[in-house]
Amino acid sequence: MFNESIKMAIDGMISNKLRTLLTLLGIIIGVGAVIAMVSLGFGVKEQIKDNISRLGSNLLIVQSGGRTATGARIQAGSGARLTYDDAKAIEKNIDGIKYVAPIVSKGYQLVVGNQNWTSNVQGSTPNLIDIRDYTVEEGRNISDRDMDGRDRVCVIGKTIVDNLFPEGDPVGKTIRINKAPFKVVGVLGAKGQSSNGQDQDDFVLVPLTTAMNRMMGITYVNNITIQAQNENVIDGVQAEVENLLRIRHRIKNADDDDFSVRNLAALMDTMMSTANTITMLLGCIAAISLLVGGIGIMNIMLVSVTERTREIGIRKALGATYNNILLQFLIESAVIGIIGGFLGVVLGIGASYAISTFAEWKTVISVPIIIISVVFSVGIGVFFGIYPARKAALLDPIEALRYE
Amino acid sequence: MSMADVIVLEDIVKQFTMGDTILQALDHVNFSVEEGDFVAIMGPSGSGKSTMMNILGCLDRPTSGKYYLDGKEVAGLSDDELARTRNAKIGFVFQNFNLLSKISAQQNVALPLVYAGVPEEERMERARKALEDVGLGDRIGHKPNELSGGQRQRVAIARALINNPAIVMADEPTGNLDTKSSYEIMEIFKKLNAMGKTIVMVTHEPDIGQQTKRILVMRDGHLNSDERLVHDYVQ
Ligand SMILES: Nc1ncnc2c1ncn2[C@@H]1O[C@H](COP(=O)(O)OP(=O)(O)OP(=O)(O)O)[C@@H](O)[C@H]1O
Ligand SMILES: [Mg+2]
Repeated sequence: MFNESIKMAIDGMISNKLRTLLTLLGIIIGVGAVIAMVSLGFGVKEQIKDNISRLGSNLLIVQSGGRTATGARIQAGSGARLTYDDAKAIEKNIDGIKYVAPIVSKGYQLVVGNQNWTSNVQGSTPNLIDIRDYTVEEGRNISDRDMDGRDRVCVIGKTIVDNLFPEGDPVGKTIRINKAPFKVVGVLGAKGQSSNGQDQDDFVLVPLTTAMNRMMGITYVNNITIQAQNENVIDGVQAEVENLLRIRHRIKNADDDDFSVRNLAALMDTMMSTANTITMLLGCIAAISLLVGGIGIMNIMLVSVTERTREIGIRKALGATYNNILLQFLIESAVIGIIGGFLGVVLGIGASYAISTFAEWKTVISVPIIIISVVFSVGIGVFFGIYPARKAALLDPIEALRYE
Repeated sequence: MSMADVIVLEDIVKQFTMGDTILQALDHVNFSVEEGDFVAIMGPSGSGKSTMMNILGCLDRPTSGKYYLDGKEVAGLSDDELARTRNAKIGFVFQNFNLLSKISAQQNVALPLVYAGVPEEERMERARKALEDVGLGDRIGHKPNELSGGQRQRVAIARALINNPAIVMADEPTGNLDTKSSYEIMEIFKKLNAMGKTIVMVTHEPDIGQQTKRILVMRDGHLNSDERLVHDYVQ
């Protein structure tokens, strides 16, 4: 009986090719859209994860200027700024820290002979090289001696070398930064573009003290980047840093901080949940089209039941029970759901590849989503088939036989 | 009620309610049909013949009265029980054949066996034999619209017989056929009856009625007359 019903359903579909195709299309597009959209959402998630873990999820970035309870940024007040001493205090007093790098940065024109290049010059401690995961390829890193002596030395990235030293071999040569001569002591290994498209080799590092005193003439730092020993201690480290800075900045209990600590792990959590929301949203929109496809099935099944009223009457006269007829029509709509579902998977995977190839967005095809959407489309086929099938099964045989 | 009666109707009433008027299509009908009989139901249009056939064929239930089919009261059965009864005990032949147009003659004939739960191979084999028995052994793969009216009705007869029913019901089986085909169909019915099948048929044509063994005439929902014919053809 079951085999017969499947055979009948497929025969029926073949004998009404165009109609079957149009009905299937609704499901195919629905399932395809769900898979493509969710793949896209998962892709966004992966991308965010990549970006942040490349930055280092055990990083804390302390910036001057606090945030109010509502999250609005407060401009750093007079004198209430982060200092090199803050950084030193953090390094000295707090456990669980691997590196601390206070950073100042500013855009300058770099000149060598008749070549010139504008770049953002970073003033920091030698640690920055470790935190940012650079390697020194030639020469050496800046040193504590350079820091103490406020020496005019710098370490440069590949892009700087390419633009200012076309003939190569820059170590020991001089760059004029804002007209002042700096000796190149080291060249960094190439890192290429960051995941958000920034050229990581367009990088100049000078000693923090040199930058603050001899170039910029400031007594504060722009931020303090802290690398915790691992992700597990990061929340503790953050709390201690906040505590210490409140004491050092003499902030009363009730007052807002005049600094803010960004925790990249927490940032990642936030962004992940945003990405999840986006995925859900995309999936839901696509699911609506699947629902519309389901309604299409119902519509066609109702037409089919009306068209085949006489057939139903004949079958009933020959002994088909309520269940026989119900099953016949349910299987028919389930078959539409199954075939539509599988073709939809093919379409969805194809679309995901197309998106990642042509739009260059990352997509991640998720097997559970494929399974869920196929099951869902079969479910939709059955669900939207129930009403028409019941209608068929409840037909009165005499009425049905008389139907023209 | 003799033991050999396949059909016993007692006080069958069938009413149709249309708005606030009640139409009495069958008005206290009593009769029985014994096994092996060949009955023609005749009468003017609207006299209740089809209504009666629907009740006899378990497609419909009487408003009141008792109907014993093959010794079993069927008036109170559920829809599904009626469906099973139709499948097992009744073979239908309709005026307009009522074959499924998209499947072959063989598949049409095998259809009742689908619902009887007979496996496919056996179904097809039995359907082929049944078609041979009505002289259509060379047409088993044809679809209904590739057959003549007479041939279609023979397919319908093969289908009616496939599950070896206790009784064959035919509502104007020759109504859509020319005289020659009608007589061919009647020959098949007579042969079946000679082999012991009980047959009840409705007909408008006196010459068709004359070929049966018994004629019931209906008028306004009543049984008007019940005449037994004596034939010289009866073997
Ligand atoms: N479903 C129904 N609803 C209402 N009235 C009905 C219904 N079926 C039959 N009737 C009425 O019952 C009466 C008997 O109808 P029936 O079809 O049994 O006549 P018949 O003897 O078969 O006529 P014909 O020779 O024209 O086929 C008619 O008056 C008809 O209008
Ligand atoms: Mg009639």
